[in-house]
Amino acid sequence: MDNKQASYFAKRSPNVSMLLRFHVHAMFASLWRLARRPLASVMTLLIIGIVLSLPIGLYVLLHNVQVLSHRWHSGTQIAMYLQQNITPAQLTQLKVTINNNKQVDHLRYISPTQGLTEFQQQAGINDILALLKHNPLPGVLEVYPHAALTSPQAVTQLMTQLKKLPNVASVQLNMQWLKRLYAFINLGTSIVTVFATLLAFAVLLIIGNTIHLATREHRQEMRVMRLVGSTDAFIRRPFLYSGIWYGLAGGAIAWGLVYGALWWLQTPVQHLATLYDSSFKLVSLSGLDLLAILAIGASLGLLGSWIAVTKELTNAKIE
Amino acid sequence: MIRFDNVSKRYANGHEALAQVSLQIAQGEMVFLTGHSGAGKSTLLKLIALIEPATQGQIFLGKMNICRITKKAEPYLRRSMGIILQNPHLLPDRNVFHNVALPLVVAGVNYRDVGRRVRAALDKVGLLSKERATPTLLSSGEQQRVGIARAIVTKPALLLADEPTGNLDPTLSLEIMELFAQFNQVGVTVLVATHDLGIIARMSQRMLVLKNGRLITRRSKIY
Repeated sequence: MDNKQASYFAKRSPNVSMLLRFHVHAMFASLWRLARRPLASVMTLLIIGIVLSLPIGLYVLLHNVQVLSHRWHSGTQIAMYLQQNITPAQLTQLKVTINNNKQVDHLRYISPTQGLTEFQQQAGINDILALLKHNPLPGVLEVYPHAALTSPQAVTQLMTQLKKLPNVASVQLNMQWLKRLYAFINLGTSIVTVFATLLAFAVLLIIGNTIHLATREHRQEMRVMRLVGSTDAFIRRPFLYSGIWYGLAGGAIAWGLVYGALWWLQTPVQHLATLYDSSFKLVSLSGLDLLAILAIGASLGLLGSWIAVTKELTNAKIE
Repeated sequence: MIRFDNVSKRYANGHEALAQVSLQIAQGEMVFLTGHSGAGKSTLLKLIALIEPATQGQIFLGKMNICRITKKAEPYLRRSMGIILQNPHLLPDRNVFHNVALPLVVAGVNYRDVGRRVRAALDKVGLLSKERATPTLLSSGEQQRVGIARAIVTKPALLLADEPTGNLDPTLSLEIMELFAQFNQVGVTVLVATHDLGIIARMSQRMLVLKNGRLITRRSKIY
């Protein structure tokens, strides 16, 4: 055998331009395979899209609840009831001390007289108040914590500090609802995580099964390709691209579904918010979210098809 | 070019297909492998084509011991040989051109060269006019010739054929064999397994006879 022929017997790894050609070939081959069965492909894409849209929808829901809870929380205030006998000088001193605390955003002083006026306006209990000989209300300092102070623990800590200040009778904050809300949000996060994991598995199985059926259809082709010296990587590549296309398109469909649903919900939600004197608006999906969804979809597609085609490659032996 | 040193092959079910086979085929030689069905002809070709591993002994292709080759290198080694089976295994969803182009495509040959080389191969088997045809619409003789074009399109140094004329009538069979002889004349080593002794006699080439997995004769050319 001469040297030219001998070189045929050596392993020759593909160079860059060859690899590029292989990938272009695989891309088109996979698209062609999808286009050959348009109805089946579209149905698969829709299933993947719907399955992916469920965890995305839950995630958006949770995100909106979090945004809403932040708004409520930014309205959190600590009421400091002052002692009746506090002098104006002591009050000024107290205000300065609290204002110097970095965790406090601002504060408002409500004098006993002011308090009485507000109380009268709200409650409509003039008659009862008229029976009292003197104003029973203490002076109140409303302390608004800084917006960065979010967790219930931090707020509690601030309260303890405030309680120790002189001339303070008591400090109040209804923490229970805040703690409950946070517990609910934590629970919601866990539920969404569980659902997202399960549904990601579903997508993996759907894509894996679809690719598995496709590979069975191409078993004969795989054998012939092996016979003429194809590497497993070459046979695998178009199926991997199919998986990526499924994942990408399914992700795009899921994004569209969630986006459409949010758009549809925006008007009723805003109406509800107006009734509650709130300017709350649903937070929708950002462009970054779309990229993340596409990336996740493509990865799931790639993984699912990899598993399916690797299994099939061991079956498609030359006979 | 091909050398077997005491090669045995036992399948997983215990059937011993080849026993202690030693042989040598020189480069540029054309050799017929014959014997009854079940004598081990196909197994011998499968060992060379790396479709089945030998259970014992060594097989050399050129200077390379193919029993020691890694799984990853197998496809590259297979590209150096053209393999022709009784059923040509053409892909029914592509036309003749794309069937023949397959070995070039999997080897990453430039698209411009693919067309040129496919047409050259089709020209050699006399099917240039059928390049756009669907394989299923061709006669069995034509299908086999497409399979041959696919085997030679990479200009392999070695051509392996397992009962290539099994489905064909005598006239077509002779045509196919003469095609192999033509490739042999330009330097390709050809190994043909067939039980068609009539054809072997007319081709006057070296013959290897297998019986129950053993090589019984090594006659040189029977003129």
